[in-house]
Amino acid sequence: MEYFLQQMINGLTLGSIYGLIAIGYTMVYSILGMINFAHGTIYMLGAFISLIAYLAATTIGGAPVVVALMVALFATMAFTALWGWTMERVAYRPLRQAPRLAPLISAIGVSIVLQNFVAQAQGARVKPLPPVIQGGFTLMDGDGFSVNLSWMQIIVIVMTLALMAGFSWMIAHTRLGRAQRACEQDMKMASLLGIDIDRVVSTTFVIGAALAGVAGLMVTLYYGVIDFYIGFLAGIKAFTAAVLGGIGSLPGAMLGGLLIGLIEALWSAYFSIEYKDVATFGILIMVLVFRPTGLLGRPDVEKI
Amino acid sequence: MRGPVRDAALAAFVAAALALPMLGFRLVDSASGLTLAGRFDLVAWAAGLVFAGRLGLRLLGGLLPSLPALPAPPARLGDMRRHAGWALTAFALVLPFLPFADRNLVDKATLVLIYVMLGWGLNIVVGLAGLLDLGFVAFYAVGAYSYALLSQTFGLSFWVCLPLAGLFAALFGLVLGFPVLRLRGDYIAIVTMGLGEIIRVVLQNWQDVTGGPNGITGIERPSLFGLSFKATAPEGQRTFAEFFGLEFSGDHRVIFLYFLILALALATNLFTLRIRRLPVGRAWEALREDEIACRSLGINPTMVKLSAFALGAMFAGFAGSFFATRQGFISPESFTFHESAVILAIVVLGGMGSQIGIVLAALLLVGLPEWFRELQQFRMLAFGGAMVLIMLWKPAGLLSRRDPTIRLGDAG
Repeated sequence: MEYFLQQMINGLTLGSIYGLIAIGYTMVYSILGMINFAHGTIYMLGAFISLIAYLAATTIGGAPVVVALMVALFATMAFTALWGWTMERVAYRPLRQAPRLAPLISAIGVSIVLQNFVAQAQGARVKPLPPVIQGGFTLMDGDGFSVNLSWMQIIVIVMTLALMAGFSWMIAHTRLGRAQRACEQDMKMASLLGIDIDRVVSTTFVIGAALAGVAGLMVTLYYGVIDFYIGFLAGIKAFTAAVLGGIGSLPGAMLGGLLIGLIEALWSAYFSIEYKDVATFGILIMVLVFRPTGLLGRPDVEKI
Repeated sequence: MRGPVRDAALAAFVAAALALPMLGFRLVDSASGLTLAGRFDLVAWAAGLVFAGRLGLRLLGGLLPSLPALPAPPARLGDMRRHAGWALTAFALVLPFLPFADRNLVDKATLVLIYVMLGWGLNIVVGLAGLLDLGFVAFYAVGAYSYALLSQTFGLSFWVCLPLAGLFAALFGLVLGFPVLRLRGDYIAIVTMGLGEIIRVVLQNWQDVTGGPNGITGIERPSLFGLSFKATAPEGQRTFAEFFGLEFSGDHRVIFLYFLILALALATNLFTLRIRRLPVGRAWEALREDEIACRSLGINPTMVKLSAFALGAMFAGFAGSFFATRQGFISPESFTFHESAVILAIVVLGGMGSQIGIVLAALLLVGLPEWFRELQQFRMLAFGGAMVLIMLWKPAGLLSRRDPTIRLGDAG
């Protein structure tokens, strides 16, 4: 029982990170109908930028840990947002009218470029960061096994919830959110009604990238090791989460992320850690076969 | 003049901001953990390059209203392309005997041909049937491992294993495709990608059978009608060199492998060209264009898609067993998602459905980087960059004009 609870906590933490990345996928997909393959790479960039910003603040700026973390958070969000914006501007916008596969290939190209850029600029070796935030609570003490909830886990989960809440509010209540929902339904009609499509798409990329950046920051702090390759698998899993939850749905992305995190943690704990990715993808396939719209997705109507 | 300069300055500013954290600082391992080193000159370089590039592009764009348009396609493009196809085939046939062709070149040509064949195989799935398959490498892996395991366990020769490997890959395609192909367009992409990863993970972890991350070594090399290409033949057999009274040379095998993959690739091509004229081939293309119309005409989309998926997988299986026999060693490392992406890129860059386009794209994406192997570190950077640039330049692929497979009367 204690073991199970501990795995639930670990899974929820991991799932929060997937959920944050999944939002970027789901938003871009619902507006442009395109799998933004390079999104996982943005998350990796976020991890690197946060590590660099944190080190810059502590070693060069001499800032205390809390301040350094805030600096890292804002720097990460700002810079990943800029990367996301540039990416859309350079590699996707010219292809908006192109055949469906063109932006996908372009996105794969972008992610290869960014991965190798980081490998060249920062070295291919794994980058370790000693734990910054330590300590936590012991929730339960069973026979020889205690359930721990670390501060870091609390921070990850709370921050994810806060960002999700803020973001959902934005989609539901602001002008920008309304514009996004309009574009999602019918881009041509939205532009006829005076919505600046380019701006909406750009903001979508900016927000998605910033959220992925935060996920990167949290991963750096939580696991303490990053390398230039982490974006690929995390990206696939986050996309899986988005599809699992129902693409286009924000709560779906979060739910999907949490589920993937839980499946991964529980599977590693009870079955075999080597096959955890098989479990994730296996479940994705099951869901798609039996419920192709995902858990919370709307069924789409086929129009002729 | 002011407009372009301001625009370029803006671009340079963005570039500087992008480069600041990633290029401006470098993470350095030191005794006291990670530290930072600054190299802000690189940021200045990046900004300067972007400024110059952007300004140059804008000014050039102003001078020439549009890039020199490609020569208008001649009316009888189909004929021209057929001639080009024959010319290329002839060139490929004599390539190993040309004076400048050394072992190295033939070896590289073999590698390019593997990708050409994979591209032609995937073209059946993506280009003809319109199914976006991001896990094609799975079938390539199935083919390679089938040959390696059959040959090592039962001692079967390459020529017996080749059809079996194709058959296994096709079977895999059928089994995996059955649940997948009822899904809508983009979901197929993600599910096939997931399947590709699953197969790779299984290969990596099923130690007893696949050898895990160490892979399988010492895979049997192919023979030509029982003539082996080794220096000395095993008991009761003869070597190729002995039989033809030649001096033994390692080049014979390289050239033989080259012709083997050339034959396999051409068979794939011929198959594709012919099957496009059969009902099932026409059904693939019709399905790609409009699924609902197909259903109302009584075509069963699942079965038609499944046939495309399985046939594409079969050719990947052939290519896989060739890969295994050429390398003599396989491991899960060779079957990562990256390979799937490369193959898909070849098909899309070539202009989906265009057979010659795929050859061009394979030369560009696989052959060219092979040439610059010395620049190892920047090779992948250039590879990714080329993918983006070609897409921006020609979003529909290098040779995107597709002739209809059927015409009414003499029109055209």
